[in-house]
Amino acid sequence: MIELKSVSKYFGEKQVLKSINTQFEQGKVNLIIGRSGSGKTVMMKCLIGLLTPEEGEILYNGRNFNLFSSKEKQNIRTEMGMVFQGAALFDSMTIQDNVMFPLNMLTKQSYDEKLERVNFCLKRVDLEGSNNLYPAELSGGMKKRAAIARAIACNPRYLFCDEPNSGLDPKTSLLIDELIFEITHEFGITTVVNTHDINSVITIGETISFVYQGNLGWRGNKDNVLCSDNKELNDFIFAQPLTQRIRDLS
Amino acid sequence: MVRRFLEMVGEYFIFLGKVFSKPAKKSEFFRKLIDEMSSMGIGSLLIVCIVAVCMGSVITTQTALQIESPWIPKWTLGFTVRTSVVMELCPTIITLLLVGNLGSRITSEIGSMRVTEQIDALEVMGINPASYLVLPKIVAALITIPMLIIIAIFFALIGGYITVIVTHVSSPYEFYDGLTSFFRMYDLVYVLTKTTIFAFILSSVSSFYGYRIEGGALELGKANVNGIVVSSFIILVLNLVITSIML
Repeated sequence: MIELKSVSKYFGEKQVLKSINTQFEQGKVNLIIGRSGSGKTVMMKCLIGLLTPEEGEILYNGRNFNLFSSKEKQNIRTEMGMVFQGAALFDSMTIQDNVMFPLNMLTKQSYDEKLERVNFCLKRVDLEGSNNLYPAELSGGMKKRAAIARAIACNPRYLFCDEPNSGLDPKTSLLIDELIFEITHEFGITTVVNTHDINSVITIGETISFVYQGNLGWRGNKDNVLCSDNKELNDFIFAQPLTQRIRDLS
Repeated sequence: MVRRFLEMVGEYFIFLGKVFSKPAKKSEFFRKLIDEMSSMGIGSLLIVCIVAVCMGSVITTQTALQIESPWIPKWTLGFTVRTSVVMELCPTIITLLLVGNLGSRITSEIGSMRVTEQIDALEVMGINPASYLVLPKIVAALITIPMLIIIAIFFALIGGYITVIVTHVSSPYEFYDGLTSFFRMYDLVYVLTKTTIFAFILSSVSSFYGYRIEGGALELGKANVNGIVVSSFIILVLNLVITSIML
C-alpha cells in the first residue's frame, strides 16, 4: 500500500499540492482524477520520486520514501513500472529492445530467459510479432501497450500510469483500461492511474482520489462516484453534454 | 546575473558528479561506448578531412605570399605551415567545427530524450540517467576527438603539400624539408593535452545543456544554441590559458 500523509508541494511561491492525505491500495486500480492543472501529475511525480514534496510523507508499506537512502530509492524503483503520457519508449531501440531494457539493466538473466519474458509481456499486451518494429512505426495505442509491456517486464509491485488514455480513441482507451485492470489483478500490483477520462473512472476506479486545486476534494470508488454530493466532483464528472444527458435521463 | 551564473556553474558540477558515478552495468556501458565512438569518429571523419585539406591549402598559399623575400630560407614555408596547423589551427578550428557537429547532436539527442520523458523513464527504473547516457559520450569524445585532430593535422599537411605541387609557390622538397625541421615531441604533448581538455568541455557542456531542458521543442532549440555558444567560448578561453601555461 502507498499512503500520502499531509503532502504539500510548492513551485516557488505557488503551492501546487495542499496537504494531501490519501492511500492507494494493493492489488487494486487506484485512480487520481481531476481537471488539467489540478496537481495530478505533480502528485504522481512525487509518488515516484521525480519530485520531492516540501512537507508530508509518502509511505511505501509504512516506510517514508523521502527518508530512503539513494540506494534504497534505487532498489524500490526497480519494483516500480511506469507508463508515461507519451509512452516514453526509447526511439533508437526496437520494441523488443525497449521491453528487454529493464531486464538488461536490472537482472542477471540469460538472453534466452529475457527473450522469453519479452515475448510473454508482448503477448500479454497483444503486441506479438512486433518485436522488430521501432516506436515510430507504431500507432498511439500500440505505443501505450508497448510501454505497459516494458513497465511489467520486471514484475513490478507498483505500476504508475500517467494519463494512459490521452490521445486515444474511445475503443482503444477501453482496451487500455481493460489491460491495466487485468494486469493489476493478475499480478497483484498496486496500480496508480492518473486520468481525466470519465470512462476509466466508472469502469476501473476501485479507489478514486479527486484532486481539486491542489486539495483532495473527494475520495471514493466507481460505485459511489456518480452519486456524490460533492459539487466540484459533479462539475468534473458531468462536464460533458453526453454525461449530463445520461444523468438527466437516469 | 552573477548569481544565475554561479548557480549554473554549481548545477554543472553537480551534473558532473552524477555523470561520474559507477555505471549501472559495465557491459551496457562498454556497448554504448563503442556505439558512441563509432558514430562520433566515423560520422565526423569526412567533414574533418575536407576542412583540414582546405585549411592546409589556404594557410600554405597565404604564408607563401607573406614571405616572398630572398633573405628568408626556403624551408620557412613548410615550417610555418606545420607550426600553424599543428599548434593552433587544427586543435582549435577543428574542435570548434566539432562543437557545431558533435556538440549540437549531443544536446539534441539528450534534450529530446528529456522532452519526451525518456530520461524520467530511466530514473523511474532506478537507473542513473546522467551516468547511463552521458558518461559513454564523454569517454568516447576523450578518445575520438584527439584521434580526429591527429588525422586532421595529417590531412592539413597533405593539403599544403598538394598546394605547393599545384601552384609552385615553393619546391616540394624544400616544403617537405620545412615540415620535418625542428620538430619537438613536446608540441605533440601540448596538442593532445589541449584537444583532450577541449573534448571534455565539448561533450560535457553539450550534454549539460541537453540534460537540463525544461519545456518543449522551443527550449530544445535554445539549449542547442546555448550549448554551442558556451562550449565555443570556454574552448577559446581555455585555449588562451593552456597556451600561456604550456608554451
